[in-house]
This record gives sequence, structure tokens and C-alpha cells, in this order.
Amino acid sequence: MENTIYSINGPVVRAANTKDFSMLEMVYVGEKRLIGEVIGVTDEFTTVQVYENTSGIKVGEPICGSGMPVCANLGPGIISNIFDGIERPLRDMVKDNGAFVAEGSRLFSLDEEKLYDVTVTVKAGDKLCGGDIYCTTPETPLIVHKCMLPPDLSGEVIFAAENGKYRVNDVIIKLKTAGGEVKELTMVQRWPIKKARPIKGRKPSDRPLITGQRIIDTLIPIAKGGTAAIPGGFGTGKTVTQHQIAKWCDADIIVYIGCGERGNEMTQVLEEFGELIDPKSNRPLTDRTVLIANTSNMPVAAREASIYTGITLAEYYRDMGYHIAIMADSTSRWAEALREISGRLEEMPAEEGFPAYLPSRLSEFYERAGYVDNLNGTEGSVTIIGAVSPQGSDFSEPVTQNTKRFVRCFWALDKSLAYARHYPAIDWNSSYSEYIEDLAPYYNAISPDFTELRQEMADILQEENKLMEIVKLIGEDVLPDDQKLTIETARVIRVGFLQQNAHHAEDTYVPLEKQRLMMKVISTLYNKSLDALKIGIPLSQILSTGLFEKAVKMKYDIPNSRLDLFSDYLSEIDEKIS
Amino acid sequence: MNLEYVGLKDINGPLVALDGVKGAAFDEIARIKLDDGTERIGRVVQLEGEKVILQVFEGTNGVSLKNTRTIFSGKPLEIPLSSEILGRVFSGAGKPIDGLGDVFPEKMGDVNGRALNPVSRNYPRNYIHTGISSIDSLMTLIRGQKLPIFSGSGMQHNKLAVQIVKQAKITGEENAEFGVVFAAMGVQNDVAEYFRRSFEDSGAIERVCMFLNLSSDPIIERLLTPLCALTAAEYLAFEKNMHILVIMTDMTSYCEALREFSSSKGEIPGRKGYPGYLYSNLAAIYERAGIINGSTGSVTQIPILTMPNDDITHPIPDLTAYITEGQIVFDRELDRKGIYPGVSVLLSLSRLMKDGIGEGYTRADHSAVSNQLFAAYAKVQDARSLASVIGEDELSETDRAYMKFGELFEEHFLNQDFDENRSMDETLDLGWDLLCTLPRSELDRIDDKLLDEKYKQSSLTTDNE
Repeated sequence: MENTIYSINGPVVRAANTKDFSMLEMVYVGEKRLIGEVIGVTDEFTTVQVYENTSGIKVGEPICGSGMPVCANLGPGIISNIFDGIERPLRDMVKDNGAFVAEGSRLFSLDEEKLYDVTVTVKAGDKLCGGDIYCTTPETPLIVHKCMLPPDLSGEVIFAAENGKYRVNDVIIKLKTAGGEVKELTMVQRWPIKKARPIKGRKPSDRPLITGQRIIDTLIPIAKGGTAAIPGGFGTGKTVTQHQIAKWCDADIIVYIGCGERGNEMTQVLEEFGELIDPKSNRPLTDRTVLIANTSNMPVAAREASIYTGITLAEYYRDMGYHIAIMADSTSRWAEALREISGRLEEMPAEEGFPAYLPSRLSEFYERAGYVDNLNGTEGSVTIIGAVSPQGSDFSEPVTQNTKRFVRCFWALDKSLAYARHYPAIDWNSSYSEYIEDLAPYYNAISPDFTELRQEMADILQEENKLMEIVKLIGEDVLPDDQKLTIETARVIRVGFLQQNAHHAEDTYVPLEKQRLMMKVISTLYNKSLDALKIGIPLSQILSTGLFEKAVKMKYDIPNSRLDLFSDYLSEIDEKIS
Repeated sequence: MNLEYVGLKDINGPLVALDGVKGAAFDEIARIKLDDGTERIGRVVQLEGEKVILQVFEGTNGVSLKNTRTIFSGKPLEIPLSSEILGRVFSGAGKPIDGLGDVFPEKMGDVNGRALNPVSRNYPRNYIHTGISSIDSLMTLIRGQKLPIFSGSGMQHNKLAVQIVKQAKITGEENAEFGVVFAAMGVQNDVAEYFRRSFEDSGAIERVCMFLNLSSDPIIERLLTPLCALTAAEYLAFEKNMHILVIMTDMTSYCEALREFSSSKGEIPGRKGYPGYLYSNLAAIYERAGIINGSTGSVTQIPILTMPNDDITHPIPDLTAYITEGQIVFDRELDRKGIYPGVSVLLSLSRLMKDGIGEGYTRADHSAVSNQLFAAYAKVQDARSLASVIGEDELSETDRAYMKFGELFEEHFLNQDFDENRSMDETLDLGWDLLCTLPRSELDRIDDKLLDEKYKQSSLTTDNE
């Protein structure tokens, strides 16, 4: 018997009196065959959330099951592409439907016509297990795509194609399983987006994700395979911070999820990443980036799916042995999508109307990050960096608070810093990273003084914070010279080091060694001045050397390619303050 | 022959329910004929079996359970579109109300619109010159941007909107056709009249298409007003290749209408009683701005909203600013000081400006000047709060320079006349003049080469000390 629609309320559709559907099954709704997902099954009703606009759908139209959960198509052609929340290719949709997104599009995620240069790495008779690689192909000039056995499959190869040019849906190998069944494998596999791909084991997070952003790399670092949240009110620069990390971090692949954000921002990423050249590989950034766009006016149910689609793509590439960084902008919109669907289902709300399962959904998502040993013996990582948009810039709201429990790195963006155009507006007082200790051996291997310099800088900022309380009450003039020096040095740190200009050619990305040398200059300047004060030289005389102003501008004056110039700075300090 | 359904099952505020309906589609439009011969328009908002819930745009006054006959159209709400809509006045639901008769449609447009594929968008880069120093230099309006004005009751937001319409000029393309779509939601009669007269005085009225839902008009119709206006704007921009500026006032009334509708539907409320989908709903409006591949036109939005109790963390301004590309915020204190436009520089922002200013767009030094002005004015606030504690006399010399800078900045830079149209050069030079009142060492956002060229004695301090 055909199942039909009984009720429609926005993106929530119900079918009555049926036992045909299972939870999380993908279904086709209505004559237009809109894609939906079963989110509730009771004796009376099956409830479906529809990933597309339900305008024009009628009661009595059919609902058909697909027999499987919502899956991502995994295969070559993902990188450099832009997808919607359920992995439909947006570029191809333009060809089909024009500039506006239409419903019922059934396009396959990957380009089915493109011929790939395939190297088959197995031969008949080989025994393969889940995760083993059977062929490779250059997907972009940067990324070699490795097709792997689905994790739950193993068996003996009974046919392997010759090396050559193939389309994604051509059969590459045939596998005989232990049960005697013969499976044909193409370059594409499917994986349910809400299920984490299996791994062999987790590794400690002891390597940083280098971002080239000074405040992150030195003060509040994140590990490869780590999790971070960027909460901030509107206009504090969440998106710019995420763009900066996506552009410059040393991950192999970036998955950028525009979840309920502005359309123009996605266009900007598309344009800018196509033009920007990665300094390490000399290739455009699009060669290592995949975009998932569910802009704020696209259907809300697909917003929920976009996060899962993104992380599934990331896990797939991790299994090949790559390091992936996911930018999720913004997880608050995802939480709001949960709230909206929950409201339509008339579920009992918890805080501020959010459903009670919000924390468990958030933790499920962040737990899919990690530095891991893959099934096939390689190692890879997925790092998640999620933006949070707290309502009314109030960090005590449920999404920020629950996210804080599940991430280990917290980059709080501060409104007053943003108003003063101090970017990145990461507040060094309320942000933290739990990775600092894990990463200390790595930093000290670069240079033994790295962690010391960082600690000294953090201490000066801390001290300044206390002094500013006093200054706010009685002014700066009454402080003794050594405290004034702390304030002056902190100013150099704030303006000269922590502030970083994303739109300046030299300053947008700073290598770790330059960051260390800049800290070294500031530290030397501070300690020399402190010594000078001790022998009675007044601070005004030290300030008149102009060294502090010079230190503020060293980020612009010393190009990334001329780190030798720092020795001149250090000797000038020695010379002028003695 | 369409089926007519006689009578209703239920009336609840603006919502009516019918039973025994077969084949109604979600979101479609129904006509409800009353016995007295009048007709109202309703939209299907919920379907359950044979029960249909309709939202009646004109309200349910005078509707009883027996005196209606309902016909389902099978189509979403559409409005007639043609180039002739410019110069015309429509109701909030898109019906002509200027007595000039129906529009002869070139096509019918579905007011719901569809999401624009990000691949089809062109990233906005060209700026719109408004002749207002604070906007042009510090929060530059870009063609295809959505830049709302956050104001409060009694402030000069309407005057500013009119001045922008009057002076807006697209540089680079002198022959570009420019048009305005004006949507009024729940505004008083005099405000609508003020806009109409101002458009008339400036001779712009032929290029303006107005959608009016006044404060005395039905509330549910208010929910349609921005949709109709944006459908018209998209048509003019993307099919007639015009540059359209959409002014929508007042978004707060719109959101309140939405809250009223939501609560009568019995939905679970989110913050401050607004429905949980307020963000998605506003996004469906604001995101209908931009530029698309293959068309030379653009839709630029300036929504105006009054912040309840001047509170920028209220859900309406808060969610708006999360969607729009920046905001222009009015400041009550500046307004009281008599400064027009009293724009709170530190709270205001244009997100798209960074890619639309500088060499090739405005002037090479634009970004340096605006960054430094922002940073300096932020320090003015610190100096002022310090002065309020320890007194102005006790301030350090630098802090006093900032106090002076703050005053000059507000008086000469922010403040300007209603018919004063400053060029970009005038504005930026004025900015330099102000910055030069500060010690050179304070200008830490500008590199030395530029300072060597531009830093000189300011004309504003010559009569000083």
C-alpha cells in the first residue's frame, strides 16, 4: 500500500497509520519527490523532516521510503566543489535550475562524466579488509584521492581493473566476501552522515594546528585533532577569524560549512579562495577546500544535515591519511534549526526553547574530531573549529555554555575589542586552551625558550589587566615607573603582537619563527628597560628612544622573508638602553 | 469550476480553520468571499488530514462561521509585475491603492521567492556614494549589500533614509538606471506621507515603487509587505537590470506582527515571545539582496528598525545584525546633542566595505584613515570615562588631545546638513585633518610612508592655544 501525506506544518510532514518506515530513513516526499528524513515513528504517525521547501505540497501525495539512512556520496570530485546541506552540487544546480535554488533536484553529488587517471593498487588474489586502499587518483594537483574499502567490508579480490582512465561509477575491483558474495566496487561509496566512520584507535593530540595567527599559535593554541569554539556577538569577526584559519592553517584539506549564514559570504569564499595562492604549495586554496553552503534562507532542516555532511566528508579524507580542519560557521544556527524542528514537533522545550537533547547532539558532533590511527594503518586528524553566535552577545546562553563543555579550546571574541577595531578580537583574558601542556614539547623542540617567552607575555598581560583597574580610577600618571613600564610593554604586545591585520599582505600570515622572534624582541625590550629602571634611568628617557614605537611596527617593517632583520632590532635595544 | 467551501470550523485571531477540504496545498492562497460581497485573501499555513488552517491577511473582523465561501486557488501568492510599477503605490498585499487601476502584468511573481544559489551570486564590490561622511568613510554602503539602520523612537532615521535616497549615486556607471522600492510596515500615516513628499520634492517619485501597510492596516498583511516589495525589487533588478535600493521601515512592526501570528497559532515561543523561527524568517527577507551572474542590476537593502528601549541586544536588532552585512546604529546621546546624523560610530559597521574601498574604488588611503578614525574614537571613549572619574584637568596630555579630537570629530565630521552632499575626497581629507590634531605617535594604524606624506598641521587646531 502506498503511504500518503496526512499533515504538513512547514518542514514537518506526517504520514498516518503506517509501519513501513524506520528511524532516520531517507524518504521522498510528495509528487516533487523532496528529500526528507524520518525523525519520529509512533503507532499513529510517522514524522518526517523535509530538507526542501514544502510550498505547494498537498495532503494525500505519496511518501516513499528509500530503505536506507541519509548518506553522503564519497569519491573523487568532492574537493574544490560546493554542495548544499545534503551534498547536492550547487554548481550543477545552476545549470539545471538557474540562479535560484529549486526543489526536487535529484543531481548526483559527484561529476559522473569526468575521467580520472586511476592507479589500481591491488591485484586479483589480494585479501583486503575494511579501510584498505584499492586505487588512487589525483583529485586536484594537491590531493591524491585514495579509494578505500567500506569499513564494514572485507574479502578477496577476484578482479582488478587495469590502470587507466575511469569515471567514478565504473567498476574498479570485484571482491568476494567470506560469505561467498561478490561485490563490485566503484570509486564511490556511501556512508550515513549521522554515523561516525570507524577508526582503529585515538592518538594523543601533541601537534599544533599552525594557523599563522599570532594570538592563536602562541597564546591559545589548538592541536591537530582538537576542538575549538569561537563565540562572539555580531560584528566581532567570527567569520573573518574562520576565513583566516581556513586560508592559512597547515591542514591538508579544509571543509568549510556555511551553516545558516550569509549568501554573500559563501560567494566571497568561492571567489577569494580561487584567487589566493597557498604559499606552501603554490596552488589556489580551492585545490584543498570543499564548501558546504546552507545559507540562512535555505530550508532549515537541511541546515541540521549540513553539519553532519561536512564532518562525514572530513572523516572520509581522514581515513586516507590526511589532516582536515572543519570550519563550522555557525553552530548556533544549527542549534536553532534543531529548536525550530523541535518546536514544530511540539516537544517539551528545555532552556530558551532549545530541545533537551541539544547538549548530546553537540557532544556527538565535537567527539567526531580527533587525531587517529585509521583502519588501514595510516594516521590522520579532524580538527573542528565551530563558531557560536550567542544571542544578545550573552555567553551564558545555552548553545555557548553547552559548547564550552565539549571543546578544549575557547576563543572568546570580545565586543569592546571589536569596537576599538582590535582584530582578531580574541579576548586573551577569557579565552583558554587546554592543549598548552600537550603541545609544550612540540614548541620547545622549535626553540627551548618558546614556552618561557609565551609565559612572560601572558604574565605581563595579566599584570596589565590588574593595573588597568587602578588606572581607570586614578589615571596612569600616579603609577610608579616599573608599573608604567608594564603598561607600556603590554601596549606593545596588544598593538604590535596580538593585533593582526588580515588584509595586510605580510601580516595576514606569520610563520611561527617570526612569532617567536617578535616575542623575543618584546621580552628583551622589557627586561632591558627593567634593568635600566633599577639603575635609576627614568622611564621617560627610555620611551624617548622610540624603541617601543618601533617594536609596535615591526610586524609590518620586517617581511616574513627577512627574519635576519630581527638581530638588528635586538642589537639596537642593547645599544640604546644601557 | 473551483469548489467553494461554505462556512468555517473555527476562528482564532487572524487564523481560520476549515474542515473537509480535499487537495489543498501547503502555502497556497485561498479567496474567502463574505456574504456582503467583499473578499479576503488567506494563505494555507497548516494542513492536517482534511483540516486546513488559513491565515487571513485582512484580519477576521466581521467573519463568522457561516457567512463565508472559500475558494482555493492552487497557487502561491503572486503579484503582477511590469516596469510600470515604478511610480505606483500598492497596499501591503500588493494591490494598487493610488486609484490608477490595475497593473498590466508582464509576468506574475511568486512573492515567496527562492533562495539564491551562492554560486550564482557575484560578490558585491562597488560602493554607493551617499554623500554622508560617516557612512561613506566608516561604514561604506556597497551595491548589493543589506545594511540596516538601528534607531529608536524619536530619532532621525527617516531623515537619514531620505537623504540617502536623494544623494545615492553609483560611481563608475553614470548611465545606470536607479530605482527605489519602499516598503512601509506599520508606520504612521505621517511617516509614509513624509517619505512620499520627500521623494516628490527630490523628483525621485517616478523611480519609486511604494508598498504601504500603515499602522492602522491589518497586521497579517504586514507579513506580506516585505515579500511583495522584494519580489518587485528582484524583478526590476534582475530582469530589468536596474540598481534598486529597497527601504523597509519599520522591521520591528513586522516582527511584532509575526509574534502575534505565531502566538495565535499556538506555537512554542522562543526569546521574548518571538517564534523560534524568527531568524530564518528574517533571513528569508534580508537574503533577498545581492547581485547575480548574468544581470547588471542589483538589490541593495536598507531596512530600518526601531530598537525597543534602545536595546541593541533585543532579539530583533540582534538577529538582524547576525544576518545583515553590518549595521548603522543611532546614538541617543549624539541625537540629543543635536548632531545629525547621530551615528554611533563604534557600534556601526559595514562588513562588505573592506573589499569595496581603496585603490580603484574610492581612494588608496581610505582604509588607513577609517581604521585610524575608529581606533582614535574608541580611545576618546576611554578618555571621557576617565575624565568623568578624575576630572578633565587631571588627564594626561594625550588624553586631553583625544577629548578635543572627540569633540571636533562629532561636530565637524559626523554632523552635516540635510542637503549637504560631501564628495569622497572632502570626507577623507576632513578625516586626515582631524587625525592631525593628534600626536603623530598615536597614529599606529597608518604606516610611516603614508604619514610622511599626509601628517601636517591640522587646520582645526590653528586657533587653539
